[in-house]
Amino acid sequence: MSDATTPGPEAQFRAYLDQGRFMIQRSKSTGACVFYPRVAAPGSGAADLEWVEASGEGVVYSTTVVRNRPEKGGDYNVALIDLAEGPRMMSRVVDIDPADVRIGMKVRARVGELDGAPQVLFAPL
Amino acid sequence: MARSLRGVAACAGVGTAGCGEAPGRSAIELLAESVHLALADAGLSVAEVDGVFAATAVHSMAAMSVAEYLGVRPTFSSGSNIGGSSFQAHALNAALALEAGLCNVAVIAYGSNQRSAGGFTSISEPMPYEAAYKPRNPVTAYALAAARHMHLYGTTRAQLAEVAVAARHWANLNPDAFAQGPLSIDDVLSARMINDPLGKLDCCLVTDGGAAMVMVRAEQARDRPKPPVYLLGAAMAHHHRMISAMPELTVSAAADSGPRAFEMAGVAQGDVDLLMLYDAFTINTILFLEDLGFCAKGEGGPFVSGGRIAPGGSLPVNTSGGGLSCVHPGMYGLYTMIEAVRQLRGEAGKRQVKDAEIALAHGNGGVLSSQVTSIWGTGATL
Repeated sequence: MSDATTPGPEAQFRAYLDQGRFMIQRSKSTGACVFYPRVAAPGSGAADLEWVEASGEGVVYSTTVVRNRPEKGGDYNVALIDLAEGPRMMSRVVDIDPADVRIGMKVRARVGELDGAPQVLFAPL
Repeated sequence: MARSLRGVAACAGVGTAGCGEAPGRSAIELLAESVHLALADAGLSVAEVDGVFAATAVHSMAAMSVAEYLGVRPTFSSGSNIGGSSFQAHALNAALALEAGLCNVAVIAYGSNQRSAGGFTSISEPMPYEAAYKPRNPVTAYALAAARHMHLYGTTRAQLAEVAVAARHWANLNPDAFAQGPLSIDDVLSARMINDPLGKLDCCLVTDGGAAMVMVRAEQARDRPKPPVYLLGAAMAHHHRMISAMPELTVSAAADSGPRAFEMAGVAQGDVDLLMLYDAFTINTILFLEDLGFCAKGEGGPFVSGGRIAPGGSLPVNTSGGGLSCVHPGMYGLYTMIEAVRQLRGEAGKRQVKDAEIALAHGNGGVLSSQVTSIWGTGATL
């Protein structure tokens, strides 16, 4: 797979995020995409994962509003997003009232910031 | 299938201590009190314990802590922790160990003083790829499942509330239940929202409590003070750790564990007299009724409506009052088995299910992650 001095998939994912890029893995042999990043594809063990740029297109699979006191930052959204490439991830849908996020809503990813660190966020199309 | 463990082991004793509020007592103290009560119930002494099964939220190596505190030297132990269903898994492991002769008197134990110590404390490490978005787990994960169920099947918040109201009505028949008093659908709907669509009264209690069960081989169970309650079948399944990795949020791994437990037990849904389903949140009861085959997928909301699972309804569910209204000291799974035993012994007082012979006690752990189904029966079911 890789020698011991190469950063692992999690570190590589974070390094891409630091560059403002949302990258996911894809198996060269099966074409199936993988998220979250792993050393081999879950289930099959396929070790031929390569990094590809995520299209950023997704659909809200489920959504909730985490109720939070205003002095602690107020309510916020937590959602599960089905990526166009197949895998699902947790994220937040932003640029919209958290209570207005709907299951089935089409969203697009961008690399934003949460607590000073780059993270993948989604906004309605 | 696997070689059946049907009827090879039985519960000989149960005990609980400090359920609700137990200020000034530590988790291990509540746990050990429960063990001694369970041993007395079984007519056994602590010196006879040679199997220890335990998981808590405050002991990284619970089996060793428990054995040391009790002063026993186990020949077999397991501290496997898969969350709130650990204890159903311990019962399965205990049956295996007893049958193999690796131990003779197995104790399964739990204790928590979380309420008195300041509230719910998660033992969970932050989930990579989730923590940055600040899900308030476990409730956020269950809210996502409830939202998806409502979207796919038209399940309503009022139907979720039916679960909480039924649990409270059972609790009102149980003097040991922590939450007592009237509760209406409107009360549940108007409670403070926590994570949409789950409000405060859709969420389990935060209590203290210890619990313990003693298991022995069937032939050793027959001449004890209390009637034995036999483990007829048990099976476990899990698919994910993080809610974002759950394949379909409306189908738990209980859909895998349930059929295998029923097959081992040699019974069908219609044979079960009462169900104890780990109700950390109202959506749990609906999902597990569906996944365990008591109603079709998506029909759980209508199924629980009209008091069907409440006292006087056709299917008794969570007769102690459950995690929603009886007790929930962080990990609740052991209490589902203890209530099953009390019902099958006919010791359940005003909440007693008449002529109960077979009970299902289902454990859930993590964020709808680990699912372990256990089925128990009286001597008449062997």
